[in-house]
Amino acid sequence: MPLNEINRLTMAALILLLVASSLIIWMLGSRLKESDRIELSQRMHSWWVMVLLFIGALAINTTWMLVFFAFVSYLALKEYFTMIPTRRVDRRIIFIAYLSIPLQYLWVGMHWYGMFIIFIPIFMFLLIPMRMVTLKQTQGFLKATGTLHWGMMLTIFCVSHIAFLGVLPKGPDWRNTGISLIVYLVLLTQLNDVGQYVWGKLVGRIKIIPEISPNKTLGGFLGGIATTVTLALLLAPILTPLSFMTAFGAGLIIAIFGFVGDLTMSAIKRDLGLKDTGQLLPGHGGMLDRLDSIIYTAPLFFHYMRYFYY
Amino acid sequence: MNHYLRFAFFQLLIRPLISIVLGLNVRHRQRLPVTGPAIIVANHNSHLDTMVLMTLLPWALQKKTRPVAAADYFLKNRALAWFSRSIIGIIPIQRRPAKAARAPFADIQQELDQGHLIIFYPEGSRGEPEKFNEMKRGITHLLKANPQVPVYPIFIYGLGKILPKNEALLVPFVIDLVVGEPFYGQDNKEHLIEQLTTTFQQLQEQIPPRTWE
Repeated sequence: MPLNEINRLTMAALILLLVASSLIIWMLGSRLKESDRIELSQRMHSWWVMVLLFIGALAINTTWMLVFFAFVSYLALKEYFTMIPTRRVDRRIIFIAYLSIPLQYLWVGMHWYGMFIIFIPIFMFLLIPMRMVTLKQTQGFLKATGTLHWGMMLTIFCVSHIAFLGVLPKGPDWRNTGISLIVYLVLLTQLNDVGQYVWGKLVGRIKIIPEISPNKTLGGFLGGIATTVTLALLLAPILTPLSFMTAFGAGLIIAIFGFVGDLTMSAIKRDLGLKDTGQLLPGHGGMLDRLDSIIYTAPLFFHYMRYFYY
Repeated sequence: MNHYLRFAFFQLLIRPLISIVLGLNVRHRQRLPVTGPAIIVANHNSHLDTMVLMTLLPWALQKKTRPVAAADYFLKNRALAWFSRSIIGIIPIQRRPAKAARAPFADIQQELDQGHLIIFYPEGSRGEPEKFNEMKRGITHLLKANPQVPVYPIFIYGLGKILPKNEALLVPFVIDLVVGEPFYGQDNKEHLIEQLTTTFQQLQEQIPPRTWE
């Protein structure tokens, strides 16, 4: 799966975007507070690492793309199991949860949609409590089965939808490959986060839901929707088979549910008394802090595409 | 000790393994030692504790760092003794000083005098996962004899879940580490034990509680 010309151009554009952002931060440098400057440059540094790994994973071949997203799932699940309370007896069940990562991505690699879509929601859902029964410890049973499976849904099932986009075939009226759908989804979701943050700083006054996240403002949310939908319309003809109307819908879904994903992770962090989910990505926090919105947008965008185009 | 094998083991095997398969969350990394001599004291739950503490240090310090370990366990057969001495670079000590032919801490003292770093577990053996054992008295002798050597307390959380005593299956979690303010040893043994105990409690409190029935 060598990249076609369109995808190569998009990757080049991504690098340009990073170069431009780094330059802006470098030029702003002296005018910012010291702490802000350090955080911004850390954040930028992490972006470079993430984008270069992402491009590398998509550019080599399908296997590397799958290995990359499986590894992303692994890091996210490990972070999840680290931050939640777990029972000592469940060590072996947590191990089974890790083992389901390679299987889930194997189904993607086999293009076995039926298995891909039921493996974690049904088979693992039933297997986890079944195995837990054999441990003969009832105290905390419900909490343990619930939280374990919930983490697998977020970090394995939802994240693997990004990879399944990548193995979707060309359509009759569409010359591009699934890889460009990944680029479209990831780019829009991440820029939506950035857009909401920037608009929030510029015009954000009314807090939407301070009980969960004090930084979410109406201005930021609406501004984010406007930029994301505009970008969705502009990029659709290049990267996707989406028409004007369906691209509008895709942009709305990504903007709104990216926001919802962000809030959901904030609620979990509040519940656990954490500021960040981890320290893996300096300037961003943990893996789940970065994945929170795509956990929501990936399955929704995937099934939207599947319904209309496959 | 074989420095080539040690370098290969810690830098090419242990460091990538710990940072990719497990992962470290280090609080107050800037407090770590930058030169020897130094005494690193940590809580002890797993054989991986030493690997994790070694990973915190750059090679320049790593090669001068020697973990103190029980002779009866780590020298019990020839293969393990070779590995412990040549690769890990342990300083073996007798857990029952009465049996020792000479002063139990003579080897440790020699390392400190050469400006080297040592890793010491004041609790003695690994104990129950994620539980503190009472501090043994050994550490106080060492600190009393070396009042000019800084002591770096490090609290490790998570290894008792990853690889507890008597378990062979490694289950990945991210390891939390809290580096405390370095301090110096002093004469009063009771006071030292108390200081170490409260220091570790304070370090532990910096990690969000994750109850683990």
